[in-house]
Amino acid sequence: MTPLLSVQGMTRSYGNHLGCSDVSFDLYPGEVMGIVGESGSGKSTLLNCLAGHLTPDAGSVIYDTRGHGPRDTVTMSEPERRMLGRTDWAFVHQRASDGLRMGVSAGGNVGERLMAIGNRHYGDIRGHAIDWLDRVEIDAGRIDDRPVTFSGGMQQRLQIARNLVTGPRLVFMDEPTGGLDVSVQARLLDLLRGLVRDMGLSAIIVTHDLAVVRLLADRLMVMKSGRVVEHGLTDRVLDDPQHAYTQLLVSSVLQV
Amino acid sequence: MSGYNFAYLDEQTKRMIRRAILKALAIPGYQVPFASREMPMPYGWGTGGVQVSAAVLTPEDRFKVIDQGADDTTNAVSIRRFFERTAGIATTTATRDATVIQTRHRIPEEPLREGQILVYQVPIPEPLRFLEPRESETRKMHSLAEYGLMHVKLYEDISRHGHIATTYAYPVKVEERYVMDPSPIPKFDNPKLSDCAAIQLFGAGREQRIYALPPYTTVASLDFDDHPFDPSRADHPCGLCGSVETYLDEVIMDDAGGRMFVCSDTDHCETRQNAGYRGKDAG
Amino acid sequence: MYVAVKGGERAIENAHAWLAEERRGDTDVAELDIQQIREQLSLAVNRVMAEGSLHDPDLAALAIKQARGDLIEAIFLIRAYRTTLPRFGTTKPVETAEMACDRRISATFKDVPGGQVLGPTFDYTHRLLDFKLAAEGEPVTAEQRDADPAPVPHVTEFLNRESLIEEAPRDDTPPPDLTREPLELPAARALRLQALSRADEGFTLSMAYSTQRGYARNHAFVGELRVGTVPVEMEIPELGFAVEIGEITLTECETVNQFKGSRTEPPQFTRGYGLVFGHSERKAISMALVDRALRWEELGEDNSGAPAQDAEFVLYHADNIQASGFLEHIKLPHYVDFQSELELVRKMRREANAQTREAAE
Repeated sequence: MTPLLSVQGMTRSYGNHLGCSDVSFDLYPGEVMGIVGESGSGKSTLLNCLAGHLTPDAGSVIYDTRGHGPRDTVTMSEPERRMLGRTDWAFVHQRASDGLRMGVSAGGNVGERLMAIGNRHYGDIRGHAIDWLDRVEIDAGRIDDRPVTFSGGMQQRLQIARNLVTGPRLVFMDEPTGGLDVSVQARLLDLLRGLVRDMGLSAIIVTHDLAVVRLLADRLMVMKSGRVVEHGLTDRVLDDPQHAYTQLLVSSVLQV
Repeated sequence: MSGYNFAYLDEQTKRMIRRAILKALAIPGYQVPFASREMPMPYGWGTGGVQVSAAVLTPEDRFKVIDQGADDTTNAVSIRRFFERTAGIATTTATRDATVIQTRHRIPEEPLREGQILVYQVPIPEPLRFLEPRESETRKMHSLAEYGLMHVKLYEDISRHGHIATTYAYPVKVEERYVMDPSPIPKFDNPKLSDCAAIQLFGAGREQRIYALPPYTTVASLDFDDHPFDPSRADHPCGLCGSVETYLDEVIMDDAGGRMFVCSDTDHCETRQNAGYRGKDAG
Repeated sequence: MYVAVKGGERAIENAHAWLAEERRGDTDVAELDIQQIREQLSLAVNRVMAEGSLHDPDLAALAIKQARGDLIEAIFLIRAYRTTLPRFGTTKPVETAEMACDRRISATFKDVPGGQVLGPTFDYTHRLLDFKLAAEGEPVTAEQRDADPAPVPHVTEFLNRESLIEEAPRDDTPPPDLTREPLELPAARALRLQALSRADEGFTLSMAYSTQRGYARNHAFVGELRVGTVPVEMEIPELGFAVEIGEITLTECETVNQFKGSRTEPPQFTRGYGLVFGHSERKAISMALVDRALRWEELGEDNSGAPAQDAEFVLYHADNIQASGFLEHIKLPHYVDFQSELELVRKMRREANAQTREAAE
């Protein structure tokens, strides 16, 4: 089977400071990959390089596009990359305000990607928005309210709806539950798990929270100082960590 | 006025502007950067239109200037005099007699014909500017035809007000490619942009952009299939000529709330009055 | 009966006449002449030349007189005049290292070859109103001494010899011309400097000040500030060699900025640069600070999101002729646009009222 995403030798540094170094992995359709590590381990740099937000110093990101098969997204033209970014890919930011238009209504936020790909029927766009608010458990009556009036958990769910409305195949998530209360986190994780399963999404999730990957990720990469120190099936890595750093990481949190 | 070239600008500059105009005509709706010159009138007061007019005027032309539809508003007078002095050309207030018409905020009511040039003064050429302030970003959005954000604004209008709340500088899409700002004309004038027999040139001096619509270009006002564009006008006949088809100015008559509605296009209104049409307030 | 407003032309003529009368003021008071403005309001003349991008003290003085002392209006007059001038050619770059300095100070070294020359500066004056000036005072003559014939090298050259400051290699690429080509981004440093040199002094000052207060702080020291005259030379094709066509006064500021190194550059001092027509220290220093802030990208520094780091923001808003023209254009009639807004507000109010009535029924 062709991997959906094949990453080779991903390297990016900041001055003398290393972001991430020589990271390679494959992601298959329908698979969820977790990337864990403490802050400064390079996991966010890696994610931003993969999603095209940062230009890597070296390496390639081969994506199996719908139209033209495997293509290196690092070297593809910007129009093509941006088109991917608003159709086949999605990016869920840690802070909802980075991923939402805070001055635009919930309906407008969800509808933007539809309008960007040419939907010109107000009623139809609105129908999709109501449907998606429902799927992320936001009351349809809030459709004309702006996200600034929403709680943190609702904002994050709205961001997910906005991203998934065009039916992407690959979702990048950067600490999607960061900054939320524990009870809110659980609800969001539950929701995400359902959506990933129902839509057959592939995802790459960066987090420092092992509970998140335990619940969502099929496979896991552990990063330290910009390098991958261990990778494998999630249960294997968490239950039988091989690398000393992974052992420390696993022992320092409550078992889920 | 001695010491200045015909129509003020030197020939090199005119050539540079003409090149920009030709490029603009070749790519309808695309904003062509041009090296706008400092003019003896302030930026924002029609320097773009004046430079475009200066580049297209020939000694045989007959020139008309309107501001808000009228030939005798102060800025229209000022610009008309500028070209009378620097180019010595004939001027007119009659739309049908003019070969070049410079306008601010209106399109004449009388349909334009082949051979005429309509020059618009443009304050902010970028239709996406108030959604995205960065020029580097908006240019990218145009080059990739990423116009989703434009519709988000219209969507927000409808969800909040029940209809699109943009009444002037209403964005249009040219030949299904570039989204364009038609300059701050009332949306009532938008339908006249499309399939027009005259050449339409848009000059933004301060922002250093020229764009154009060649004759008979298809220009569509942005809308939704289920909320089509509506070029509304005040629901009154003109008080002077009685027209029910023109764009109207509202004039306050006294401090007791008395008001009347008259054509904003003064030439059109006078032509109708001379032909015997009378509104209820005409003497 | 209503008659459409006419007579714009008469109104304009009358307004111009009144303006001319106001400009002259009380005719019992002697009229200013151009020489007086040029000689006694020389710093105003300098600013008009710098921001008008035209070195001509007499024309600048005339513009100030015509503009009733409104310097931005005077700059506008100069700019509009400048547009119409034919271009005969381009001079050779001026050699500021060979400047005949009236003033030259360094804040980074106590003493430097060529010496610290205080020159005619407000710096250490006590800002006390001098009421003697209100009366007609006797002319003051400052003591004179022969100038030291030794050259006055640039202070940054001393750092350069130790490789402690970034190289500023000579570059003979003709710089772009802001007044002949549209400003397009990204703008190279030469273009940015050109824009800053004619930028509004107040805007440049505030941007520079914001960097000092922490919005993209770049730890600037005034390596050197020099004011003086340089010869202007031009190649004459018919002659085949360069001849001196005149002399202009310039203010030049080079800042030395701390720099810890980045992904592309080693730790070393970096430079900010300011060069302005006439004696205009505030502007030259401000320009150097803003120049340095705008260089974050080429030096591989972080973008802290500060306004002074944002080339598009700075370059698009620095020109006072563009800014004041656009600002003041809202005085022009907008009643066509206003009418369409009026109709919309009325329509929306009707709808809102109808809904309220429905709800009440």
